[in-house]
Amino acid sequence: MVETAGPAADTTILRWIPLFPLAAAVIHGVLLGLLRRPLARRATYWLSCGAVAASFLVSLFAFSQLLGLPEGQRAMVDDVYTWIGAGKFSAEAAFLLDPISAVMILIVTFVGFLIHVYSIGYMDDDHREDKGFQRFFCYLNLFTFSMLVLVLADNLVLMFLGWEGVGLCSYLLIGFWYSDRWNAYCGMKAFVVNRIGDFGFLVGIFLLFAALADVGHPTVAYREIAAAFPSITDRLVQIPAWLGGGEWKLATVIGLCFFVGAAGKSAQIPLYIWLPDAMAGPTPVSALIHAATMVTAGVYMVCRMSFLYEAAPGASAVIAWTGALTALFAATIAIVQTDIKKVLAYSTVSQLGYMILAAGCGGYAAAMFHLGTHAFFKALLFLGSGAVIFAMHHEQNTDKMGGLWSTIPRTGAVFLVGVIAISGIPPFSGFFSKDEILLSAYVAERVPGHLWIWGIGVFTALLTALYMFRVYFRTFHGVTRVPPDQMRKMHEAPATMLQPLYVLAVFAALAGLAGLPQVYGDWLGIPDSNSLGHFLAPALPAGHGEHEVSHALELQLSLLAVAAASAGFGLAWWLYIRSPELPARMRETLAGLHRVLVNKYYVDELYDALFVRPLIWVSDRVLYRGVDAGLIDQVAVGGTARAVQAFAARGLKYAQSGLAQSYLILMVVGTVAIVGWLLR
Amino acid sequence: MPVPLEHVIGLSAVLFAIGTIGALTRRNLVVIMMSIELMLNAVNLALLGFSRAWADPTGQIFVLMVITVAAAEVAVGLGILISLFRNRDSVNVEDVSLLKW
Repeated sequence: MVETAGPAADTTILRWIPLFPLAAAVIHGVLLGLLRRPLARRATYWLSCGAVAASFLVSLFAFSQLLGLPEGQRAMVDDVYTWIGAGKFSAEAAFLLDPISAVMILIVTFVGFLIHVYSIGYMDDDHREDKGFQRFFCYLNLFTFSMLVLVLADNLVLMFLGWEGVGLCSYLLIGFWYSDRWNAYCGMKAFVVNRIGDFGFLVGIFLLFAALADVGHPTVAYREIAAAFPSITDRLVQIPAWLGGGEWKLATVIGLCFFVGAAGKSAQIPLYIWLPDAMAGPTPVSALIHAATMVTAGVYMVCRMSFLYEAAPGASAVIAWTGALTALFAATIAIVQTDIKKVLAYSTVSQLGYMILAAGCGGYAAAMFHLGTHAFFKALLFLGSGAVIFAMHHEQNTDKMGGLWSTIPRTGAVFLVGVIAISGIPPFSGFFSKDEILLSAYVAERVPGHLWIWGIGVFTALLTALYMFRVYFRTFHGVTRVPPDQMRKMHEAPATMLQPLYVLAVFAALAGLAGLPQVYGDWLGIPDSNSLGHFLAPALPAGHGEHEVSHALELQLSLLAVAAASAGFGLAWWLYIRSPELPARMRETLAGLHRVLVNKYYVDELYDALFVRPLIWVSDRVLYRGVDAGLIDQVAVGGTARAVQAFAARGLKYAQSGLAQSYLILMVVGTVAIVGWLLR
Repeated sequence: MPVPLEHVIGLSAVLFAIGTIGALTRRNLVVIMMSIELMLNAVNLALLGFSRAWADPTGQIFVLMVITVAAAEVAVGLGILISLFRNRDSVNVEDVSLLKW
């Protein structure tokens, strides 16, 4: 961790990175919401895409300046103003560019820009609602702004602002076609589940701040926290009896609280349930928010807080195991899904599991690497599926596809690139990043059962190849299940959609070379081939024995992973190309298992019975009918009125006799009494 | 030799008490109004007495004010009374207790 900003570089450029998308969102919002004068489509997309492009260019410039700084001092801070100042507490609106956030902003702005461009074509098809086009781009810009604030923030409080901002935009965009109740429901589900995670995140921030204030360092800025953290590392906290009691290490408690937030945002067990339903949103949204950027915020946060997790091996072990189980669990569900976007959604959950697993095992650089490659290939896959859905006129069910290669070969080709990349077949990007993750699990001796985690990772790699090739074969190959006349009319997506796909395909194929492990570097004669790893290294805690592994062992492990992926590919080929009648027979013999998987292990139903229904019951019966309608309306408000009525009607009204002289007597008596009291 | 202040105040108090008792006990509206006039003039007397005793003309100005208001009050009161008598054929205060529960 770096103590001070490096030599004088102009850091004020950093604020422009989030400012451009914000300005575009505000212009859209004012025009749409206040003036009710929607822009023309052309002006709308030029403004939105231009803002993100400008943001990307500034990011590139800032990145080049960062590279100009000496290694070990790579940090630029742009302190815009004091956002919140109260006593000893202060939260700056300050942006920090260090290796971690540099990687993030480049991914967010670059992939974000491509997806903005893609949306021009995809949303143009949408005539379901007037003004929807500009509303969509307004939300998309607002999301980009929030995400950039999240990753560029210099402190936890500003990060939380971005964290909530992306959650809000996610909600708005999942329910974008809100006239369909189901979409609105899915948006709400995502929002509510994320609130649970945010609660943990907030509690973590409070605990951390309170402990630091206790030792005289009241701060929320990352680098100050990191500097002051050793003084509270060994503190113990008393856990309240209703939570199990006992004394826990403070770092572990804070780490677990933060991880609750990360699990919400990054869709880990037990909070992953919102992500598959988030696919109700338009496909570019699924690509940008629910695959490439927002859902990786949890991984980013764990990496950002890595100094804390280094002091909390217990929390790290929980994270590693959660990630591993999520990866496996989601992959098994993905195998039987027929909706093309649902497969990709569960695949995203599974890949996020890989990243979280890596972060838990101390492989923070590996997690960031996979975050980057995943952003490329998963955005590619989602946008590719969008092109398929576009060609199929909003049909997402692969049961009604097949053989599409003959009509939309370009989409098929780029989709295939994405499938190969995610399956981990060399030399595509997913292979290198997944290998790094598996290696970090293999060497993470401080995590109990780390070899099991490694084994789960390898097995999940097999499942990944299986379900990805399954969806690919079922969509593009085999006997078509599309009606012939529809097949004849089908055509490729427009250029604004295909061109971003080509760019993403190139990056999905080659991005792995940015973090080429030294094993292959030696082989190809490149010194220091893992440039991403070297770039990130000063900002992250040292890995755990990654370098003590012999190259021979590393190669063997890679071979094993490739073998697993190939086995998955072979299985998919056997089942869906060679003998396509086999899956139906398997479905009959394993009917029970199939039903469990298709119904996603009944987790939604379980949560429904355990949490949702009891909560609704309590809200309706106790809080609404009992407290609100019963206690407040009936007893308090109605009761007051009835008491007044009863009292006045039975006695008090007789004071109004109508006889002027009786009032006069009362007046005289009253006056005498007052005067008498005054003269006493 | 001027009249002492105590005598003036005493007379005022007696007049006020007579007026009050009249207003409270009589049932005839005309008599009640006369009693009210009596009370007002008792107050006027007290104001004049104090005004002279402390050589302050404010009290006399006040008295003019009270006489003006009293004249207006009697005009309105008698108007109501005549209209009441035409409608009800009575000036008894107990016959006009409509404004009640």
